[in-house]
Amino acid sequence: MNLKEKDKSVSILVVDDEFSVRDSLTKWFKSDGYLAESAADANEALKKLQEKHWDIAFLDIKMPGIDGMELQQRIKGIDPNIVIIILTGYASIDTAVKSLKEGAYDYVTKPVDPDYLSHLIEKVVQQRLVLSENIQLKETIQELYITDQIIGESPGILKVFELMKAVAPADTSVFIRGESGTGKELLARTIHAKSSRRFFPFINLNCGGLSEDLLESELFGHEKGAMAGALYRRKGKLEMADGGTLFLNEVANLSPKAQTVLNTAIETKQFNRVGGQEVIKVDFRLISATSQNLDLLVKEGVFREDLYYQLNVFTISIPSLRERGKDLILLANYFLNNLVKAMNKPIEGFSPEALTFLEKYDWPGNVRELKNAIERAVVVSQGPFITISDLPIPAVSKTSIKALSLEAVEKNHLLQVLEQMGWDLDKSAEVLKIDRAILESKIEKYGLRK
Amino acid sequence: MRIYVLPLNFPDKNLFNTLCNTLEDTFKISVVILNHPLPLEKVKDPIRNQYNSTWILSQLLKEVTEESCKILGVTNLDLFVPVLTYVFGEAQLEGKAAVVSSFRLRDELYGLPKSPEKLKERLEKEAIHELGHTFSLIHCPNPRCVMYTSTYAEEIDFKSKDFCNSCSAILEKKKEESLQKENLA
Repeated sequence: MNLKEKDKSVSILVVDDEFSVRDSLTKWFKSDGYLAESAADANEALKKLQEKHWDIAFLDIKMPGIDGMELQQRIKGIDPNIVIIILTGYASIDTAVKSLKEGAYDYVTKPVDPDYLSHLIEKVVQQRLVLSENIQLKETIQELYITDQIIGESPGILKVFELMKAVAPADTSVFIRGESGTGKELLARTIHAKSSRRFFPFINLNCGGLSEDLLESELFGHEKGAMAGALYRRKGKLEMADGGTLFLNEVANLSPKAQTVLNTAIETKQFNRVGGQEVIKVDFRLISATSQNLDLLVKEGVFREDLYYQLNVFTISIPSLRERGKDLILLANYFLNNLVKAMNKPIEGFSPEALTFLEKYDWPGNVRELKNAIERAVVVSQGPFITISDLPIPAVSKTSIKALSLEAVEKNHLLQVLEQMGWDLDKSAEVLKIDRAILESKIEKYGLRK
Repeated sequence: MRIYVLPLNFPDKNLFNTLCNTLEDTFKISVVILNHPLPLEKVKDPIRNQYNSTWILSQLLKEVTEESCKILGVTNLDLFVPVLTYVFGEAQLEGKAAVVSSFRLRDELYGLPKSPEKLKERLEKEAIHELGHTFSLIHCPNPRCVMYTSTYAEEIDFKSKDFCNSCSAILEKKKEESLQKENLA
């Protein structure tokens, strides 16, 4: 679509007490394809401005009653985005200059050179086009950031929404608590997308799956030759998050050394790359999350207390799916609709039995587990309804809790603890109060996997 | 359905007749030449030394009574509308009347040698353009289309005398509607 084709939607209001002026200008704009109307005085203009949106307003300075200058101020109060062009005679150029200082886009002296007027309008339209494209692009970027939505109506999740709304625009560090699969990363992304840093990067680092050295290198970057295999200088996640948000997931897994350096980096907003001397200054917002009991880890001396307080400025606890009541059905239907659309399957909904199964199950893997279960069901279902047999076996087996064997209970409990501890076998064994070797044999026995 | 053409202080008979033939060829509508002088001195602005084109349009409207007809005034006087310094012509959008002036289409006005051929081409294009407005056509983004807006004389030279496909389609549709109305009447 070229510029001229988009022009057609531009609306112009001409305000002048002289009929011939407003009539000829309105006709001129109409023949150019713009939506043009006129008003004989400020009152009529203000009425038209309340009725609909205008892109450009031509205002005569000298009018009986409210003059052009005052009207300009009132218009800016109604819609600050309207482009105002002042119409003036030679005698009132001083006033026109004053109007420019008040925010008018330009002024034209009557009579106007048609060539000048034509180019002026073209320039305004082009500028508005660029502006609206800019807004559209920003919205698109925002949509790209929020690829999924947080859905729910339960009191617990409504509280999360409320806290998120309050903290997002502030630059405060946010600490997110919640079991595995509750949507901590999604919440972090949403906070970032609703903050003033949204047009800068959102950098995600999962501290759970990396060795101590690798984690440090990931966080702070490294200089060439800082370690074996460091053939090039590499920026760390902190540096990459400059201007934006750094999300540290499973922050409880940070090594003591990384905790110390990170603590200093958060405090001073500067750090050195691994093996480097150069001080790197960064400006980032920190959002961290864990599914572990960080208070306990602080008490046990595993996690630095000072870092804990740096991270834990504003806490949001996401409830588990078990605690979210009817959100489960809401979420199940949301995922189902999205997946059915994406896979183009003739599925209308869940059978009543399948819904009962979904409601009865504990969902230890929370929303993530629910989403995966429904995705699997949509893949295998022949439609028109998702039945119990379409749902993944672990979900179904959990539905008849009363009939579970002791072994099944043990298996489920082991899986739950392992997931909560991020599959850290030492910590899991400690929580279960069994020897690590016994835990390993049970994992093997039940065929448990990450 | 007709196009009435009225000379208003336009002494160049050859140019006027050529223009009328071109209009007939372009619009495929019979052109009827009128000869009814209008009191143009009444609309002269003594300070600007120009003639009010909007007033001329209102006078032209009195010359035709048939619903489906158009009327074009052709003049060599300098035209203006109150808010603009000058106009090459003016027309009623989706109306009946249009006026075109050769005054600012002459190269000699800009210190260039006289060029009757350019004047003829420009006048034809502007006359077709203004009559195009009476058939509901607005300014076209296609720079070769005769409905492309021109605010200085040389700009007229870049466009052709023809309507682009989309303007041509609108013109034919409007002509058809006018003919239907005429038949019903």
